[in-house]
Amino acid sequence: MTIFSLVLYVLAGILVCILYYYVSNFLLDFFTKKNSNDSLIRALIFIAPAFIVLLIFILYPVFETVRLSFFDKFGREFVGIDNYIWAVNDPEFRRGILNNLGWLLIVPTLSTFFGLVIANLADRIWWGTIAKSIIFMPMAISFVGAGVIWKFIYDYRGPGDQQIGFLNAIVVSFGLDPQAWITIPIWNNLFLMAIMVWIQTGLAMVIFSAALRGIPKEMLEAARIDGAGELKIFTSIIIPYLQQTILVIWTIITIVVLKIFDIILAMTNGQWQTEVLANLMFDWLFRGGGDSGRGSVFAIVIMIAVIPIMVLNIYRHKQEQKI
Amino acid sequence: MKKNIFSSIIAQLILLVFVIVWIIPTFGLFISSFRDKDLLATSGWWTSLTTTQVNEIHRTLNKDAQIQENDIYIIKGNLFDIDKGKKITSFGITSKNINQFLVEEKAILKDGSELTVLENGDYKWKSQNPFNNKNGKRIFITASSPPNFTFENYKEVLFKEGVGQAFLNTLTVAIPSTIIPLIICSFFAYALSWMRFFGRDTLLAIIIASLVVPLQMSLIPLLSIYNDIGALFNVSSKSYPGVWMAHTGFGLASTTFLLRNFIKSLPHEMIEAARVDGGTHYDIFTKIILPLSIPALASIFILQFLWVWNDLLVGLVFLDQVPSEIIITAKLRELLGSRGENWEILTTGAFVSMTVPLAIFFLLQKYFIRGLVAGSVKG
Repeated sequence: MTIFSLVLYVLAGILVCILYYYVSNFLLDFFTKKNSNDSLIRALIFIAPAFIVLLIFILYPVFETVRLSFFDKFGREFVGIDNYIWAVNDPEFRRGILNNLGWLLIVPTLSTFFGLVIANLADRIWWGTIAKSIIFMPMAISFVGAGVIWKFIYDYRGPGDQQIGFLNAIVVSFGLDPQAWITIPIWNNLFLMAIMVWIQTGLAMVIFSAALRGIPKEMLEAARIDGAGELKIFTSIIIPYLQQTILVIWTIITIVVLKIFDIILAMTNGQWQTEVLANLMFDWLFRGGGDSGRGSVFAIVIMIAVIPIMVLNIYRHKQEQKI
Repeated sequence: MKKNIFSSIIAQLILLVFVIVWIIPTFGLFISSFRDKDLLATSGWWTSLTTTQVNEIHRTLNKDAQIQENDIYIIKGNLFDIDKGKKITSFGITSKNINQFLVEEKAILKDGSELTVLENGDYKWKSQNPFNNKNGKRIFITASSPPNFTFENYKEVLFKEGVGQAFLNTLTVAIPSTIIPLIICSFFAYALSWMRFFGRDTLLAIIIASLVVPLQMSLIPLLSIYNDIGALFNVSSKSYPGVWMAHTGFGLASTTFLLRNFIKSLPHEMIEAARVDGGTHYDIFTKIILPLSIPALASIFILQFLWVWNDLLVGLVFLDQVPSEIIITAKLRELLGSRGENWEILTTGAFVSMTVPLAIFFLLQKYFIRGLVAGSVKG
């Protein structure tokens, strides 16, 4: 396609959307008296597109996926919990669950911790803003882009050759043997997680940075006058004060990590025991012509994992509304 | 006071370590994308910033190039095909002794001919007898190679590997996939904030619940809907409008939630006053709310745009992986498979894919951060 037709395509898409609101509201004004503001029709016009999209793209699929998980690969015949039984006995599925658990334990913990430390340090140093920019930058990069960046860092050449991967160059300069990092089972998961920590630390940092500004200056000064060291202030004032923020960041990163897919697909595609649920699900969308039953099971396991967070969010929202 | 200076230095050092660790990966990629591909494959990017020693093998021209000057036969030329600023320090004619002669030294060969090589690669090979070599003579050189950067990789990646087209495709996906949800959701958010209708609170609760529903839950049913629609109208089930709608669906909850939080925070007196004056909700929305929401819209635009630009999964599932539709992240993933050892292609492709996010990041960082913080503190 040429640039010209691409531009036309884009404009047409957006125009249709704007026209809908313009024309429908114009027609409503035209056919009703002024000041018929509370008419349900107007509310309907405002809500309908978003609601229909929500219905088709989120609500219906959630129920349909649950249904499909109890049906065969074509979604035609009811098979009970066969797909779940298959999954529990499938070594790949088990590996995926284990790896996902590892990701969930390590990535949110490290990202939150690093983010908190960096936000704290950067706020007190004159070049802190530049430092924060640099730490935050990976947030803008795609997971696949980050995958390429880190695959280059982990690149492996035979022991006699010049290493072009940064990590192996360091290892060799200490007189050790170079390693093919992403092919060493179990440990390779850590090298993949490092990529995610590299990305998510920036997110944690900016949110902490904003929250830190909410800590009353007087409190910190009082602590300093009383002779508290920086470490003491960090552990007994800042961390308790930021409890809520820590929880929020933890849940955000947890949700991202649960769905981790791009990095695995780009780096290993699940080889060398790095399989995760989202990648398995993608795989089963197409494996053997696609198996909607098994694929749905993976989606549902991920979904079950986010339900506690979902409940927590709704609860918190209710609390806020009350205030 | 002393203690303060000490702790400040420690703090600076720790932060410096973080900064270095965080920037090295991207910096290495950036430098590598401008390096000569042969050098890239044989030496680390960190060596490219300084002058380095390289050993190479070149050939002189063969007998066809000889000229005769006063009974002396001469072959001359330059050893380097392209001038990259290398400076020869020594050369040799056998692989056993590649540093046999210094540059500009007159080397007397076995057959009595003499060969001189200059620093810049110019050579002159003289003989009393006519040359009859079919191939050029091999010359081993040791040269110092200055930092040397090139745009060759970019030319190749953009135009030969199809990354340029993928870049345009991604724009075609990303712009409507950002603007359409923004329009739809701002009306929706307004209705959720300021209009009265049955089930409003339930709808809001559904939105909040949908915030965390993993995209994976939607893939299989949506694929089959798309296939059905494709079959019904006898068109391809994978198309740009299909992807726009998918991204609209997946971004809907968060966009609505953020916008609703913002619109709800606007002073309600203003809206009530406009209502009393006889303004319809449509007027209020377009004339009052929309202009006031521009900063919030900018933040959300950036979040959604980056999300779509960086997405791989939706692009893989809802678009055909053909040159006219493949998005840049999917292209990159394809290159990782097919050109896994060609680092000049991979680093350059990755950097091309990062240009737009990085530009947005550096120019609009304030809005980006504001959006993220708004999304987290309240979410």
